[in-house]
Amino acid sequence: MRTFDVIVIGGGHAGCEAAAAAARTGASVALISFDKQRTGAMSCNPAIGGLGKGHLVREIDALDGLMGRAADAAAIHYRMLNRSKGSAVQGPRIQADRVLFRRAIQDMIRAFPNLEEIEAEAAGLIFEGSRVSGVVTAAGDRIGSRSVVLCTGTFLGGRLFRGEERFEGGRIGESAASILAQQLRDAALPMARLKTGTPPRLDGRTIDWSALERQPSDEDQWTMSPLSNGRCNPQLSCAITRTNEATHDLIRRNLDRSPLFGGSISGVGPRYCPSIEDKIHRFADRTGHQIFLEPEALNGHLVYPNGISTSLPVDVQHAMVRTIAGLEQVEIVEPGYAVEYDHIDPRALKRSMEFKDIEGLFCAGQINGTTGYEEAGAQGLVAGISAAALATGSSTIPLDRANSYIGVMIDDLTLHGVTEPYRMLTSRAEYRLRLRANNAATRLTELAIEVGAVGAERSVWFAARKDAVRRVEDELQVVFTGKQLRDAGVDIRGHDTMPLSDWLRHDLVARNIAALVDTHVADDDVWEGLIEDCRYRPYLQRQDAELRDLRQSEALAIPRNFDFAQVPGLSAEMVERLTQARPETLASAERVRGVTPAALSAVLVALRKFEMVS
Amino acid sequence: MTEATIFALSSGRPPAAIAVLRISGPRATDALIGMAGGMVPPRKASLRQLRDRDGAVLDKAIVLFFPGPASATGEDSVEFHLHGGRAVIAAVERELGTLPGFRPAAAGEFTRRSFANGRLDLSEAEGLADLLEAETELQRRNAQSLADGVLSRLVAEWRETVLMLGAEVEAVLDFSDEEDGEELSPTFHVKRDALQADLEQWANAPRLEALREGFRVVIAGPPNIGKSSLFNAILREDAAIATPIAGTTRDVLFRPVAIEGIPFQFVDTAGIRDDTRDQVEKIGIERAKLALATADVVLWLGPEGEGPTDAWEIETKADVADRLVKEKPAVVVSASTGAGVDDLVRQLVTVARDRMPAPGSVAISNFQRSQICDALDALRDIPASDDMLVLAERLRLARLAFDRLTGTSDVEAMLDRLFSRFCIGK
Repeated sequence: MRTFDVIVIGGGHAGCEAAAAAARTGASVALISFDKQRTGAMSCNPAIGGLGKGHLVREIDALDGLMGRAADAAAIHYRMLNRSKGSAVQGPRIQADRVLFRRAIQDMIRAFPNLEEIEAEAAGLIFEGSRVSGVVTAAGDRIGSRSVVLCTGTFLGGRLFRGEERFEGGRIGESAASILAQQLRDAALPMARLKTGTPPRLDGRTIDWSALERQPSDEDQWTMSPLSNGRCNPQLSCAITRTNEATHDLIRRNLDRSPLFGGSISGVGPRYCPSIEDKIHRFADRTGHQIFLEPEALNGHLVYPNGISTSLPVDVQHAMVRTIAGLEQVEIVEPGYAVEYDHIDPRALKRSMEFKDIEGLFCAGQINGTTGYEEAGAQGLVAGISAAALATGSSTIPLDRANSYIGVMIDDLTLHGVTEPYRMLTSRAEYRLRLRANNAATRLTELAIEVGAVGAERSVWFAARKDAVRRVEDELQVVFTGKQLRDAGVDIRGHDTMPLSDWLRHDLVARNIAALVDTHVADDDVWEGLIEDCRYRPYLQRQDAELRDLRQSEALAIPRNFDFAQVPGLSAEMVERLTQARPETLASAERVRGVTPAALSAVLVALRKFEMVS
Repeated sequence: MTEATIFALSSGRPPAAIAVLRISGPRATDALIGMAGGMVPPRKASLRQLRDRDGAVLDKAIVLFFPGPASATGEDSVEFHLHGGRAVIAAVERELGTLPGFRPAAAGEFTRRSFANGRLDLSEAEGLADLLEAETELQRRNAQSLADGVLSRLVAEWRETVLMLGAEVEAVLDFSDEEDGEELSPTFHVKRDALQADLEQWANAPRLEALREGFRVVIAGPPNIGKSSLFNAILREDAAIATPIAGTTRDVLFRPVAIEGIPFQFVDTAGIRDDTRDQVEKIGIERAKLALATADVVLWLGPEGEGPTDAWEIETKADVADRLVKEKPAVVVSASTGAGVDDLVRQLVTVARDRMPAPGSVAISNFQRSQICDALDALRDIPASDDMLVLAERLRLARLAFDRLTGTSDVEAMLDRLFSRFCIGK
């Protein structure tokens, strides 16, 4: 029997990041998927990044993951969202050519000598007691490993809906991995059902582009990853159109034919990404909804109309899109559909993404109830590093709410579970003033280096960046008087004598910094990051105090065998919530929804008693 | 280990018409079985004879049983409404103390148990704690309206406003390229200003601590001028004397008393004299100065015009006509005959009533005030730079302050407001 340190099942975004991350730490890795050609495929919309999601991409990149570089290699359109609103909420987003993206991912995966791709159906897990020890394929091959990472997307009980039509499967054209699914069901893991949807894909040649407002790619040459060399593809424009009363009337008349409204779909859909049926039903007073027409490829005609995901029957979809400006003659290449699937309640996982009750089994991506490539990739990366750490005895990466969006997401998932497909939003991060897309490397690369999960190229880049940061910090220590600033043309009042870092509280000083110091000592993004640190300093300092409290209770571990039902004074509801979430620390317990400070102090007291007894 | 069953007198100090003894804990029903002749129907007033273990009748009392967890403390609770005599109360307390697992409650323990069992949120608990400690009708009514949740309701409203404002800002930040998230609504700043004004008003609400301590009247002046005589005259006339806090004659003497339902604290100070060499007296003088600094009214018995600003000039020798020395005394009294003391007390009551909140209005505790001020600080003077991030952070800080008041916390609540109001997400 062949053995590996880590087996990753599934070649989507979570699986690829997991396999690559484990491989970077030096572990031997097998990546099992149905079809090698589809490794790294973008199955839904062709965009990477966005608000909140862009942060995840930058963090994946800072941890030397694949997504940022693949996005740059495949980008045919760049757009920095929230450009005017401060970099803590700026969202870098690109449209990718699907083929180029897949190819870039596959190239990087195949560059690891210690990562082997195996084309097979993972039929089942091999157990040794409660510990996972490998995978058996549909062909009967047994492959051994210390850790297994499940990144199987929506394969669990996937069911597609389109009008009156029903299909079994994860995505159109792919079979669902149902044997493994049965095994997971037999393991009695907590599961729930969610739904999501896609819009119809349009033939770009049948769109009247001239009638539509165009949104060109950004002029400035920012990239997702600092390791990428600018723009490597020709850039295309997106276009904007919108639904109208005629569209809405048509949809309203056919609502009874939508499985979403006919009661066929029981899963819970996202609040933030409603189908067009949902939008029209819930926001009845609106006379139109925006649609972004996003090109899917350089050499192809597919266009993704972002904003009208639907499960209406095909004939209604045709009629509907043709009510829309610019789409009067449009042809649908692939109609939209809703998909309903089972996901594993992520509260069954530790923060390392390993099952609390099944040693060696990790789980990442959409199977955990998240939506989006970025959310999947980020979980995959953490699961990959943790799985390798378990197999090789190295240490795992300390991500938490205060240092990363990834930490926020994993904390949310493992503590609260999901009630809708989980998507990253900047508002989920209470410390977002410090979690900026432009300081991801400063926050995270060092941590990844410490666990050996960073390749040579990035290590070199990071060393140079640290030097640049130091140079900028030196410049920020230069002391100025108010008069000196005015002499340099910065029209500011005040007679203080203080370092530049203090003057930077004034926007005016920040805007004119080039007149005061030598800004050529580092790139703009390094400057930008450090200037914002100065600007937000009062808030960051206050957060430091909050964080001290957090880290204190983070240090108080709750033992695995701690029984919340035995805590005097806890209500039955509270016991249930805590038992389900099984928080690993007191700080986590504090964040379990609905847990009151009183309950928390009861837990604390009981915890102390428990420690004394045991 | 199971928790002790606790008991305490929860009504005002005896003697009073009715005294309420509260019992709470896992063995509370033992009190019914052992003393009231058996169980009584829950939540219904029953008239029972209370007996000691030898069968001697202690009192005929109204007995109430509140089974946990639907009781005020969340535990099984029993109330004995006794005839208010001290002897009866003492006898019943003594008997309760002999029951296994029973002990007298520590201060605030009922409230703590209610809170620990999720029967109160933080601001209700604060109000209730004050209720338990309140000694006068005025305080009780104030604390009562707080415990009823006036502040809880308000905080819930404020929190809702902050959540809605936060949702707007988050929509702009997280969904900016969509139509619903483009900018703040025109009413945003109006709502924020209104909230700020509301909070400002509440930050200046009467302090519960002041109420509890009472309206502070300090009797001051040089040694041997009749301060203690006046002090005693006032108290002898009108005070239902509560707990005296012991001190030496050279120390400061505090007396909390209730006059016409208004809590007072009369303070007799050591004579203020700078030339003393006596260490004890020096300490007493320091304390007297401190008392003066925190006084609501100073009754000044010393030489006219030498007392603190706004002190009431008191002429104490009304009975000795040729000793009148003050040209414009506010009040003329005689400690030895009692003349004028009634008049002085009436004037004090009038002033105190003006400065104390009306019964039924809400006073806030120091903790509540500090949270309200935190929320205010967060919302006030937001820099004009229009940085949405700073705005969002300020609203987050305000929400945290309200969360601390109600003891809840949840980012998800904000997201709920966001998604229910805005059509966002592609």
